[in-house]
Amino acid sequence: MTIDMSKFLDTFFEESAEGLDAMESGLLNMQEGAADDELINTIFRAAHSIKGGSATFGLSEVAEFTHHMETLLDEMRAGKRAASRDVVDVLLESVDCLRAMLAASKNGDVNDPARAKTLGERMGRMLGAPVAGVVHADATHAAADAAGHGWSVVFRPHAHLYRTGNDPVRMLRELAELGDYKVACDTARLPRFADVQPEECVLAWTVELRGDIPEKNVREVFDWVEGDCDLSIEAIRGDTANGARGAPCEQTPAREQKAAEPDIKLKTPDAKVPTQDPRAASETTSIRVGIDKVDALINMVGELVITQSMLGQVGKDFDMSRVEKLMHGLAQLERNTRELQESVMRIRMMPISFAFQRFPRMVRDLSQKLTKKIDLRMSGEQTELDKTVMEKIGDPLVHLVRNSVDHGIEMPDARRAAGKSETGIVTLNAFHQGGNIVIEIKDDGAGLPRDKIIAKARKQGLLGADEEPGDDKVFELIFMAGFSTADQVTDVSGRGVGMDVVRKNIKALGGTVEVKSENGRGSTFTIRLPLTLAILDGQLVSVGEQTYIVPLVSIVETLQMKKEAISAIAGRAELYRLRDEYIPVLRLYNLFCIEPRQTELVGGLLVVVEGDGKRVGLFVDDLQNQQQVVIKSLESNFKRVPGVSGATILGDGTVALILDVGGVIDASRQATSPKGFGKKPAQVRAA
Amino acid sequence: MSTAQAVRMTNDAASSGGDNFQVSANTEQYLTFILNGEEYGVDILRVQEIKGWDSATPIPNTPDYVRGVINLRGTIVPIIDLRARFGLERVPYGPTTVVIVLKVMHGNASRIMGIVVDAVSEVYNVSQQDLKPAPEFGGAVRVDFVKGLATVDQKMVIILAIDELLNSEAMSAANAE
Repeated sequence: MTIDMSKFLDTFFEESAEGLDAMESGLLNMQEGAADDELINTIFRAAHSIKGGSATFGLSEVAEFTHHMETLLDEMRAGKRAASRDVVDVLLESVDCLRAMLAASKNGDVNDPARAKTLGERMGRMLGAPVAGVVHADATHAAADAAGHGWSVVFRPHAHLYRTGNDPVRMLRELAELGDYKVACDTARLPRFADVQPEECVLAWTVELRGDIPEKNVREVFDWVEGDCDLSIEAIRGDTANGARGAPCEQTPAREQKAAEPDIKLKTPDAKVPTQDPRAASETTSIRVGIDKVDALINMVGELVITQSMLGQVGKDFDMSRVEKLMHGLAQLERNTRELQESVMRIRMMPISFAFQRFPRMVRDLSQKLTKKIDLRMSGEQTELDKTVMEKIGDPLVHLVRNSVDHGIEMPDARRAAGKSETGIVTLNAFHQGGNIVIEIKDDGAGLPRDKIIAKARKQGLLGADEEPGDDKVFELIFMAGFSTADQVTDVSGRGVGMDVVRKNIKALGGTVEVKSENGRGSTFTIRLPLTLAILDGQLVSVGEQTYIVPLVSIVETLQMKKEAISAIAGRAELYRLRDEYIPVLRLYNLFCIEPRQTELVGGLLVVVEGDGKRVGLFVDDLQNQQQVVIKSLESNFKRVPGVSGATILGDGTVALILDVGGVIDASRQATSPKGFGKKPAQVRAA
Repeated sequence: MSTAQAVRMTNDAASSGGDNFQVSANTEQYLTFILNGEEYGVDILRVQEIKGWDSATPIPNTPDYVRGVINLRGTIVPIIDLRARFGLERVPYGPTTVVIVLKVMHGNASRIMGIVVDAVSEVYNVSQQDLKPAPEFGGAVRVDFVKGLATVDQKMVIILAIDELLNSEAMSAANAE
């Protein structure tokens, strides 16, 4: 019977990754010296399942390596070993190593055995036992390092072995494949012929295997019958076959899933070689969805079906008396669709802790390397955001956190001198605001070196010699591309390495990043991201013949302009007074070079939008309805267009562009400069 | 070709229909179209479909040869006016004006783009040997947009290198951003 193990393999890799994450966070939580039982158990369980799984899939290196970890953890669990910093360090490194090993197996790469070996030896030294063979939990086999000569195996199945679906003959054959093989059958338990029960196993075997066979290969044969037999595997020393002393070894049932998956028990020998399924290489990502989310979906689909049948009935013998019912049905349909859409979107939402969880480790390692004292505080880990957004925000976040640790927080003595606590604090915070998720990375370090940035900018000609820029402008400079390519602020103390990349990545997600900094008090980077990339609530506005979509989240208000509130500067830059604020008026048709229907501001419609913390009023011809639009990328077939974040298809099948409010505001600020955006003369379009 | 009627020619149809043409190994088929009285050809395997001209949504601040974007069954497809691209005189779109939707390769990625031409013409088999390199000619069309010149029935057909043509300058500049 051949079972395609490869499909389980993918699941195994996925589960292992989760297990490793759990181990890592557990280890990080482990305070020096104080080992919380629950914590150790969690780590132990994770290690144990990885070991079990990897043995099942023939990833023997992984299994062996995990076994060392498990032994170490077991001692900690039993209270024989304190959770010292050394132990935790070794275990953390082992987690990394395991991750690398698993990744290598997954991708079919050859992994580097040296690393595992060194770590294994370190663990071995800690355990005070040799590690060449498998250091078994009950330590009776610890000294069994004579793999060079062979093994004597006493296999004494329990009577019910057949009933578990195992066949000793098959196991013996497998053993025979391992090397030079001699078997003796022990028939002592054989009953008289009349009493023979065909379903009971009464035989026992002593197998002598010669050759250079690793113990794990021998043990592997008996993987599935642990607990169903008395098994003793002894090394044969020298030439003397001292044979079976038959000390039955207490086998821990290694895999809890063993009982749950009886159908995989009959594994074929070819499943033992690490199977490299080509499919495993192609990245199949999956998400775990809470059952409640799925239930909610099913509920909604149910309602949708009801609405549909209701509408069907209304439509059957339709006359005008049923119009009201029809409208009611349509309203319900709209509501159902919207709810369904939201639920489907929610499936893609994951708590941001997935992106945050790597940081405790990173900060710990970095602070050790830099000999700084840093306390990482995280809050809002349960804030949910779209999986795609999360995957893409990881790297920029790493960069910013690294920056905070590396450049933001000062050395302990510098901090003391500045009258601050020696331990620097880096805070990661996430929360929802409007339709956005906001992530803050805050440190209480020295802040951005304002003077140095200015000096550098002057040198690069980004700032005029006597220009005194405001803070906003200075900190904006660190995101400039040319500002980040080495030999600059960075070697002194400033940030700037790859900040342009950070900003670019965040912008590509439709988000923004800004920085606030106070000298000596630290700096805060604030990232704002849309919750999802797929759908947005939009206000349709028309300008001339065209329809544009303004994201609803960026609209502050819309109003009809009054004559007395309109004023101008130098006859050009128009402002509108909205309560206590002057808001620049942006004629959208000018910016987009289209023929407007209306050019008179008085009585016209002004859509006040906010982006990047700035407000402008968009002058449009008309407001249409509000609706949800599916965002389609312009870039996939064309290119990024400034001021436009994407396109969508309206109900009538035509394409409408979605305004990128931040981009439009940027454009409006440049519009007064000679080589600004939208200076091209209006195009003449053929009829 | 009949007037505004859109002819849809999927790639599948084009390649399976290829049997009828007895295409030899180094013969390629080209779809030709008319632009200002001249005949141009594009590799037929790149042609996704041919459709009648319909309005496009203009994109602000793009060169004037970018007519805008259309909705092609849920995909946003940019439309390039080839007359404008070649700096030819603009003529009103007439009943034979069509959009040829092409697959353009850009590195490993592909994009779908449409070109507006005066009319579609024929499908020709052109063997590699018959494809003559274009001489250096000063003019609106850059030589690197031309894959070669073919002669069919005493007429010259300009075979376009659409990847170069549609990825050049403004189109690809955005990717460098």
